Amino acid sequence: MSHLKRSLGIGLWFMFLTLPLMVVRVNTVSREVEWRWSNLVWVGICAFAIAWFWQFSIERRAAQRAKVAAEPHPEKDRPSLAQRLADDPVLSRRVLLAAALIALIFPWAVSTTQNFYHVNVMVSALIFVVLGLGLNITVGLAGLLDLGYIAFFAVGAYTYALLAKGFGLGFWMCLPLGGVMGMLFGVVLGFPILRLRGDYLAIVTLGFGSITKIVLENWDTVFGGAAGIAGIPRPDFFGLPLDGREKSIYTYYIVLALVAVTIFVTNRLKNSRVGRAWMALREDEIACVAMGVDMARTKLSAYALGAFWAGLAGVIFAAHNNFINPDSFTFMDSAMVLAMVVLGGMGSILGVIIASLALKLLPEYLRAFAEYRMLVFGAVMVLMMIFRPQGLINNMRRKYEYDTADVESNDGGK
Amino acid sequence: MAASSTRGGKKLLEVSGLTMDFGGLRAVDNVGLDIHAGEIVALIGPNGAGKTTFFNCVTGIYTPTTGDVRIHTADGATRRINGMKPNRITGLGMARTFQNIRLFPAMTVLENVMIGRHCRTGTTILDAILGTSRSAREERESIDTSYQLLKKVGLADVADEYSRNLSYGAQRRLEIARALATEPFLLLLDEPAAGMNPQETHELDELITRIRDEENVAILLIEHDMKLVMNISDHICVMEYGKEIAQGTPKEIKENPKVIEAYLGEEAHA
Amino acid sequence: MDFQYLFELLCGGVVKGSIYALIALGYTMVYGIIQLINFAHGEIYMIGAFVAFIVAGVLTLTGYSGLGILPLAALIAVIYAAAYGYTLEKIAYRPLRNAPRLSPLISAIGASIFLMNYVQLVQTPDFLPFPELVPDFEFLGDLTQFMSSVDVVILAVTTVTMIALTVLIKYTRIGKAMRATQQDMVMARLVGVNVDRVISATFIIGSVLAAIGGVLIASRTGQINSAIGFMAGIKAFTAAVLGGIGNIPGAVLGGLVLGVAETFGAGYISSAYEDVFAFGLLVLILILRPAGLLGKAVKQKV
Repeated sequence: MSHLKRSLGIGLWFMFLTLPLMVVRVNTVSREVEWRWSNLVWVGICAFAIAWFWQFSIERRAAQRAKVAAEPHPEKDRPSLAQRLADDPVLSRRVLLAAALIALIFPWAVSTTQNFYHVNVMVSALIFVVLGLGLNITVGLAGLLDLGYIAFFAVGAYTYALLAKGFGLGFWMCLPLGGVMGMLFGVVLGFPILRLRGDYLAIVTLGFGSITKIVLENWDTVFGGAAGIAGIPRPDFFGLPLDGREKSIYTYYIVLALVAVTIFVTNRLKNSRVGRAWMALREDEIACVAMGVDMARTKLSAYALGAFWAGLAGVIFAAHNNFINPDSFTFMDSAMVLAMVVLGGMGSILGVIIASLALKLLPEYLRAFAEYRMLVFGAVMVLMMIFRPQGLINNMRRKYEYDTADVESNDGGK
Repeated sequence: MAASSTRGGKKLLEVSGLTMDFGGLRAVDNVGLDIHAGEIVALIGPNGAGKTTFFNCVTGIYTPTTGDVRIHTADGATRRINGMKPNRITGLGMARTFQNIRLFPAMTVLENVMIGRHCRTGTTILDAILGTSRSAREERESIDTSYQLLKKVGLADVADEYSRNLSYGAQRRLEIARALATEPFLLLLDEPAAGMNPQETHELDELITRIRDEENVAILLIEHDMKLVMNISDHICVMEYGKEIAQGTPKEIKENPKVIEAYLGEEAHA
Repeated sequence: MDFQYLFELLCGGVVKGSIYALIALGYTMVYGIIQLINFAHGEIYMIGAFVAFIVAGVLTLTGYSGLGILPLAALIAVIYAAAYGYTLEKIAYRPLRNAPRLSPLISAIGASIFLMNYVQLVQTPDFLPFPELVPDFEFLGDLTQFMSSVDVVILAVTTVTMIALTVLIKYTRIGKAMRATQQDMVMARLVGVNVDRVISATFIIGSVLAAIGGVLIASRTGQINSAIGFMAGIKAFTAAVLGGIGNIPGAVLGGLVLGVAETFGAGYISSAYEDVFAFGLLVLILILRPAGLLGKAVKQKV
């Protein structure tokens, strides 16, 4: 009953809150005031329903916490579906194989020589998968909140555009160069800010991201200003002429390969000495340093490596679109990549892939959703932090195999 | 200084005239302390006496205002370590635990210990990506060493658990195992028995002595549990208001009137 | 050296800086109490400006006119900004009070994106002309070459607001409770301070200041859109950090320094890079003196 009352109150409160913004619209050109009262009714009903559900969820979460607190002893976390999948090597290999097969056949299955729209969409989505996985290293593994990540993407894209147009360098030459340039920028920007605490780091990276965009917009002699750079060559295939569809499919395979390499590398690093140091740094900086981890080097490597993937993705982005301008590298794009990492689950490779595909493909195919895209992203980031901070896919716990036999202490400890 | 007792073993850590100011506040005032091989040394004193600050100065988290911190490494060299970064000091062979437990909560128990192996291994990013033999060998070695250490502190059966799920006492032991994984010659424990029940404290007592004997590690600990301190320490340093007021064997400390007045006195009256 | 130009820039910088200071106060107060960068603070400022725009628009278009419009629009804007600030804290931050540090920050970024797009969707993504509500003051005379009457209003209002804030924090019950909570939240709670209420009050006060800033700057620039909150938010945060975050006089000083620096940079070097100067200043101050101009360096307890 009290829930009902509270929900009613909340419904009314939101009707009050949204009153001026959602109901009134002043048209300064025709000098008319538009009153949209029906919006208010919808807000009331939705707020009431959400409040009802919200209270229920908060209560459930509190109950769960209390249960955890009541059992201080090692409680076995219920293994998630993904965890069970990972624990079963035969099954996971089969799933992986199936996914790879689908990815390989996909471009041929969904396109014709006239219409290869779906392939192009998928290329854009996969570029963001690479971005998501790259940022996952910086934010997800090492816990360095980077709000200007898209700047490294821009560095890669402009590197290719300038080198290809100015010096006639080919795509394959520029791909590693773009990555290296991204990494260089990462090191140069990362070096002075390593000492900063997490939230300051976030703001400074945001500043760097914005500066990058402003410079791109205003330095038109080099970067083409707000108009950008057009006529960027597509990837060349051993000099063979390709038609439009083939070019798209070729790019698709390139970016697919890059995704595979990214997954492979991230996975290797995550389960290594380097990756563990990143995670420890994320968990507790002081303890991490006291255990002998070099903070500067560890942070810098995570920052630079994240930037490296963004640079690579940028090169492909420029090559795929033929055209780039500063509008593709706004804070909102950084925020979107961050949303992919947060939604997918910080540190979880599978989660980030799924989230990146979802966030990029949903707006493309649900036009109605596209308009509300950023609104939904914002809400999702808040809700995820409150209800599921670990993300869609829980970062999986690694189980190690060890020799349980007793070893004499003299050669065990030393 | 009442250091009348003869102390055997090679000198490992030598702190002299250590002073630490925070703004106008002098948290540690001209404190000196030596630790010899094979010793368990306790640093005691009321809350706010500056014990943890002393620890932080020695382990490089703070840079002391004045004074010298020197270590004598196994190869016979003497190094002044004031102002050195904490990770370098750990690399040189001193490892610590924290008063308010600082584990890596979202990592497994075994991974927590494996972090301790970081400074004794050298796998680079490239090694890890390419899966070189060095990376594989060091990974294997890290896992095995860490697992053996977990066995030693009695946590082997929860090796794959998240460290946040451990009980309080178990978390304290995990911190010790993690510090041991860095192969220290000196282990610094900051209130290891805090929040433990008598049974756990007793087990800790045994664990600390065992570490000293089996691992050949000297130990410096801050502790409020007097029974534990008197039981296991070879040498005790008492601090009050940032100053060192007495040093000596447990017996000497027990009989020192200044200490009884300043510190134990509280308990005697209570 | 052209002194008239210099003085003109200085005046412009001070006016701009005083508005930065108003918004920066909200950041600094919230940060002082819960150590959170309230990323959505700039959005509250934008909402304040929008509500004022709507109220003023409705009033003028329904035939009402006169001097009363600006105060009325500002009052309603302030009420709404306070309501939004209060609600924002309750939904996006309160459930995360004990979460790891990055969680509330990400939540704040989410809230900021949400509010920006909410206004864009229900209103318009385009720039809207903000009505001229401040009459020309005759008494300014020759001073108008340096300062418009809007600028005079801005300086007057910000000065009064800051004095009011100082009084509030120094002498009122809630002000004392805020200072206590800032020093030590746990201890404040133990001695009977209702910490939740203090935090709500902090958000409300900060939002009120932001809304005042919003209305003032919209009157000055003559246009608003749903994205103005983002840049203003960053600038104000820069001001807060510059002065020493958590430090109230610091926020005011930081705002003024930033405003003047930016105007001089734009006036003497290049106006296209105006925002770069602000960011550059932020980066420099964080690297060279992270505690800010008036802040004290605090050692983290281990």
